[in-house]
Amino acid sequence: MLDDFMTRATLAGIGVACAAAPLGCFVVWRRMAYFGDATAHAAILGVALSLTFQVSIFAGALAVALAMALTVSLLTGRGYAMDTLLGVLAHSALAFGLVAVSFLSGVRIDLMAYLFGDILAVSRWDLVVIWGGAALVVGLIAWRWSQLLTATLNEELAYASGLNPKREQLILTLALAVTVAVAIKVVGVLLIAAMLIIPAAASRSLARSPESMALIAAAIGAFSTVAGLRSAYVVDTPAGPSIVCVAAVLFACFSLIGWHTRRGA
Amino acid sequence: MTLITVENLSVRYGANTILHNVEMTVEAGEIVTIVGPNGSGKTSLLRAIIGATKPSAGRVMLKPGLKIGYVPQKLHIDPTLPISVERFMRLTDPVSREQCVDALEAAGVPDLLKRQMSQLSGGQFQRVLLARALINRPDVLLLDEATQGLDQPGSAAFYHQIEEVRRETGCAILMISHELHVVMSASDRVICLNGHVCCEGSPAVVASAPEYRALFGTGTGGALALYRHDHDHDHDQCEHSQEAAE
Repeated sequence: MLDDFMTRATLAGIGVACAAAPLGCFVVWRRMAYFGDATAHAAILGVALSLTFQVSIFAGALAVALAMALTVSLLTGRGYAMDTLLGVLAHSALAFGLVAVSFLSGVRIDLMAYLFGDILAVSRWDLVVIWGGAALVVGLIAWRWSQLLTATLNEELAYASGLNPKREQLILTLALAVTVAVAIKVVGVLLIAAMLIIPAAASRSLARSPESMALIAAAIGAFSTVAGLRSAYVVDTPAGPSIVCVAAVLFACFSLIGWHTRRGA
Repeated sequence: MTLITVENLSVRYGANTILHNVEMTVEAGEIVTIVGPNGSGKTSLLRAIIGATKPSAGRVMLKPGLKIGYVPQKLHIDPTLPISVERFMRLTDPVSREQCVDALEAAGVPDLLKRQMSQLSGGQFQRVLLARALINRPDVLLLDEATQGLDQPGSAAFYHQIEEVRRETGCAILMISHELHVVMSASDRVICLNGHVCCEGSPAVVASAPEYRALFGTGTGGALALYRHDHDHDHDQCEHSQEAAE
């Protein structure tokens, strides 16, 4: 069954959608959208480094994404506003990554494959990595779900309940780095943030609880993967962007419906 | 019995000293109110007590096993986060639905269990926060300007509820308030803070203390005096800096 590249692509996309859904909800609730974007952009530097030192792309991207996310967390509140800091670090890392890639003369690499993903070239081993990473992210978030929610609602409330919001933030940071690393192959570094944010945002108007929002987001992500791949196959469009396009259309539809029902109520 | 002991506490943010040499205690069952101008370190003191801010010197000692109920100054729930009152109340503590209902009742809003947090009015929201803080039967309730954003009847009703809660559960209450007239009638003890403890004692004692008058003026209630406050009063070896007040 896994011999078919479309099947592998679909499974890879659904794996990423499952990890991105709960994490994406937190990204939306905590207004970390730009943080996710920055971490993802930095990952291209990880790709360049992995190619230079001949280690797996996954490991390189994970390391750089993690370093990036931790650096931002550490530097926040020390002189620069968060968005300035992210702008500097993310785009510097992206630029250094692109320059570094250009030095790799002996290797022929298709940069587009890392910027926009190459979901149709997913191998069996990639599938193992993607589903392993997704399971790790979902497990991590499910384990800390209530604590993460409390820390998201209010820092003092979390402290008063005996939690450490900084540790919860670190868990989200870790989950973000893993998601970025596994999603590079599927949607590429430029569109990872879209997979995080769009399904989560689209599910808002349908959800009545935090849990249902995460589940609906996963369903929207999975549907976008299937429909996006199908349209890419039929109309011959790039696969990764097609998936994001479907998610964006769903977002528009659900938002309109939500807006309409609220206005009617 | 002493629930909270603050010893020689100092808090610094960078070069700014927010609190220095603060000494205070909260005894079981008493209502203690912290008053002080903006930037006097009231919230920092509360944060240090719950462990959200690390002291740069001194320490905060809690009675072993002390259960704290905390009502934050304001709680912003992002509109993208759908959460019902019941889910919100059961988030951190393993409590039953009956306990939620009881706590909501004690806070004066019995029928909100199924509502979304985003649909509540300001007064309902603060009462749900109070209910959440009450749910695990705390030994002490900490309130950080819990009536901010409520109109005067709303905040008067809220403080009335607090006294009710104390009478029913016997829990101690440590609160920050700007509303001096309310504070003065409802508290057992008032601590006047301005980077350090200016004066403390029963409401009547504090209201007549020269340090308090220097901060809040001599007008009754001092409601307007708040806005006339400037850092021109002196204490033995204390320095007020404008930076610390930011």
